[in-house]
Amino acid sequence: MSELITAKKLSVSFEGRSVFKNLNFSVTDGDYLCILGENGSGKTTLMNCILGTGVKYSGSIECNGFSRKNIGWLPQRSETKSDFPASVNEVVMSGFSAKSFFGLTYSASQRRMGESNIHMLDLCSLKNRSFKELSGGQQQRVLLCRALCAAERVLLLDEPVNGLDTVSQNEMYSLIRKLNDSGITIIMISHDVDRAVCEAKHILHIGEGDNFYGSVDDYLKTSFYNKIKEGEV
Amino acid sequence: MSFIAEILSYPFAVRALVVGILVCVCASVLGVNLVLKRFSMLGDGLSHVAFGSAAVALAVGAAPLQVAIPVVVAAAFLLLRISENGKVKGDAAIAMVSSSALAIGVIVATMTTGMNTDINNYMFGSILAMSKQDVYISATVAIMVLVMYLLFYNKIFVCTFDEKFATATGVKVKLYNSLIAVLTAVTVVIGMRMMGALLISSIITFPALSAMRVCKCYSRVIIMSMVVATISFVSGIMLSFGFDMPAGAAVVVVNLVVFLVFSAASRLKKQ
Repeated sequence: MSELITAKKLSVSFEGRSVFKNLNFSVTDGDYLCILGENGSGKTTLMNCILGTGVKYSGSIECNGFSRKNIGWLPQRSETKSDFPASVNEVVMSGFSAKSFFGLTYSASQRRMGESNIHMLDLCSLKNRSFKELSGGQQQRVLLCRALCAAERVLLLDEPVNGLDTVSQNEMYSLIRKLNDSGITIIMISHDVDRAVCEAKHILHIGEGDNFYGSVDDYLKTSFYNKIKEGEV
Repeated sequence: MSFIAEILSYPFAVRALVVGILVCVCASVLGVNLVLKRFSMLGDGLSHVAFGSAAVALAVGAAPLQVAIPVVVAAAFLLLRISENGKVKGDAAIAMVSSSALAIGVIVATMTTGMNTDINNYMFGSILAMSKQDVYISATVAIMVLVMYLLFYNKIFVCTFDEKFATATGVKVKLYNSLIAVLTAVTVVIGMRMMGALLISSIITFPALSAMRVCKCYSRVIIMSMVVATISFVSGIMLSFGFDMPAGAAVVVVNLVVFLVFSAASRLKKQ
């Protein structure tokens, strides 16, 4: 198993306040890592560090064998695109837009890849529909497909099931599993601990003073997990 | 119909039609992105800056278009920077810059040449009185704008649809936002010559809005927007010939009518 992403002693502070300190973790090829933590614990900040979008951090993040730009990113759901006229196909294909300098159309190989990604995520019947007319779950699936087009090997998903109903949540989780089974590395930010321990292979928990990184089995024995469980009882 | 043949028999009118169509197509395509980015007022703001700089150029005896293009491009960069930094919100920044430029233009004009026909032409447009040189400059600029837009079509789409995603995948969003601003700036300047500073923003926003009423995917919105712009422009010019109306104003009114018809059509379709 080769390591795709290695983070060492990663710390971020914002206006003098520490967001998180001394994170150490690595993501291997084919891994399924879930990043947990309470609201405000810095999950999104960590995501921006991994994506390399202008967050200042100390420590190091290394990507082996691929560029950070080739991480396929699924942003958190937002309602801002609700009036944008775009077909599903156009949105999916825009995942490729960074990969060529000029372009009115996409290359034949990109079109083939887009087609197979659309097929993989069961979007064939929606291909020519308008993005804004789809349900929340369908829209998420389209954006997942776009991330897949932009990705080389790694997908970074920011709370992918947020705001979806239970049926769509299950659908989303099983699609992500299917992608992981086909060899794509998944990094997912989530606040659903129960689901995370079922789905993921590794857990990174960002706590206030302390952090945890390790396998799911080890995570179940930690005080982080037990505290959350106690809180529920 | 005989008056159409009559129009086409005047070389100046044919020139005006060709340039007008080119400029309208540019404006309508850029309009789609500006409307979707909530930046429609940029066109309006820049047109006032264009007017101000043209008035100053006339006062000192320089060529208005050649002076206005660089000044308006600079203003577009400035507005973009201000709204990115977020100290003054985009719309407020546009209101500030545009009224100041208009005020300066009017003061300079009245103090020097007076509010003569030239000034009036830049206010309300004078497509049929464009000199040969203006026609050539406008046509060249318009073709360059269209070529640039088509070359970067995919990038412009992703930057308009989802800036954050575009940044994350390595698209230089700032660069393409600047590109849109520059293309808008030069389109506004050449559009001002024919439509007038006070009316130019309508050919930017109307076709895009009309197209979005009936089309649901981006590429079709772009094409429909071009079609609407062309049809509205040509009918507006015909009206202005036939009924002796001011050309720019006639184009705007036709655009308004098209928009209302398209809105009604999309309402009916939904029911």
